[in-house]
Amino acid sequence: MSETKKERKIPAPMVNPETEAFWAAAKEGKFLLPHCVDTGKAFWYPRQVSPFTMGKVEWKESKGLGTIYSVSVMKRAPEIYAIAYVTLDEGCTMMTNIVDCDFDKVAIGDRVQITWKPAEDGTPYPQFKPA
Amino acid sequence: MSIKGKGYIMGAYEHPTRLAKDKSVAQLHAECAAGALADAGLTKDDVDGYFCAGDAPGLGPLAMADYMNLTLRHLDSTDVGGCSYLNHVSHAIQAIAEGKCSVALITLAGRPRSEGHSGAVPRVRGADAPDTQWEFPLGVATVNAYAMCAARHMHEFGTTAEQLAWIKVAASHHAQHNPHAMLRDVVTVEQVVGSPLIATPLHRLDCCVVSDGGGALIVTSPEIAKQLKRPKVKVLGAGESMKGQMAGQVDLTYSAAVRSGPAAFAEAGVKPGDIKYASIYDSFTITVLMQIEDLGFCEKGQGGKFVADGNLISGVGKLPFNTDGGGLCNNHPANRGGITKVIEAVRQLRGEAHPAVQVKNCDLALAHGTGGLLGSRHGGATLIMERE
Repeated sequence: MSETKKERKIPAPMVNPETEAFWAAAKEGKFLLPHCVDTGKAFWYPRQVSPFTMGKVEWKESKGLGTIYSVSVMKRAPEIYAIAYVTLDEGCTMMTNIVDCDFDKVAIGDRVQITWKPAEDGTPYPQFKPA
Repeated sequence: MSIKGKGYIMGAYEHPTRLAKDKSVAQLHAECAAGALADAGLTKDDVDGYFCAGDAPGLGPLAMADYMNLTLRHLDSTDVGGCSYLNHVSHAIQAIAEGKCSVALITLAGRPRSEGHSGAVPRVRGADAPDTQWEFPLGVATVNAYAMCAARHMHEFGTTAEQLAWIKVAASHHAQHNPHAMLRDVVTVEQVVGSPLIATPLHRLDCCVVSDGGGALIVTSPEIAKQLKRPKVKVLGAGESMKGQMAGQVDLTYSAAVRSGPAAFAEAGVKPGDIKYASIYDSFTITVLMQIEDLGFCEKGQGGKFVADGNLISGVGKLPFNTDGGGLCNNHPANRGGITKVIEAVRQLRGEAHPAVQVKNCDLALAHGTGGLLGSRHGGATLIMERE
């Protein structure tokens, strides 16, 4: 089992006016997922113009459960880490890290749940761990 | 309007340097330009159109056109990463066909090796890019973004590390004949899969080199091409596209080549089976595999079988590719391999590739590039060229 001894530092996200609500909710432990008002479909990454209709967007709280679509474990780094795409149960796929896991075993198809890790400025950053 | 037959690639030059600690980026661009002009038999004063991308220093083409003291009628700084120079060839012919220029110069140069850049280190690709806050903090570098494509391809289609390794093996067979190549030793499948894992499932030898250098191309009108002494390389067709994350409907199994390839083949009026030589962008082995499928050289998911057993080796397999050694072994200047893809295709069509790798009767060639990150958002551009 090759668990990380040290955790990788997460650079602070460059928040902008479009995404302030997401990060404000994150500080309360809530995972807000953007949805297209016209179609009701969830999407990623968050933006305020619907990528389906160019129409309005609303935030809905997500349970943060999903399945790994693809994953790569970065070996050539000061601290080993896993980058992944996770398909949320709401149907959209987001890029994330898989943390608190066995890097030799993490695999496509694994069920995962959201966990918040502090970025360098303290902002809770969305990551996923085995469910 | 079609660009078919409206423009010719009449000059091509690849800078021989792979480590340029003693040169500036602007100097490398200009040395490449001088090389391509000399190859074509033209001078800088013949140039009336100039094309460059994000590797050029300063604001768009302004710094470089001023450095080289060009007088221009047409400028274009389309930047979609490493494939931009294939877009430039297509755009240059569009401009020539519209009478906006008649001699177009395209340059690429950079010194990532001297500057210590690596595809294993995450970097900000625009602090104000809307994706940056969602991806940069995750440690998305170049190699692990491509590695996620490889992992998914293996999962869906049963592609193996050994099959991917064959792509590097083929490139190394070609690079042994290129005195300028960074990696000239022939490698085996066992050596590739035995090299250290960088980002699973990609090994060190699945990755391209990091090199300094550059290249340049001269594209001219048919009238000017007729007056020149070099073999004429006619562009028959071109296609360009991009692919992103589709608002979260992510599918890593295919690339933008599914759109740029068919567009180029339709314009050229030829089929994948007609192609005698292909330059396929090779930032990583998986890049080649996916593009070969998407361009129609084999069915989706069958790329692993297609590339195995030397099928990409000139003189051995059905689809000789990257006979200069490609980005995997020869050169990946500015971390952008698009221009060297066109240059080696031009060499093949002229019959000027190394005799050990020259494809016999090479009268039809394809070059394809990918820019940006295959695993998140990338450009794709395809050119089909003919010896006239």
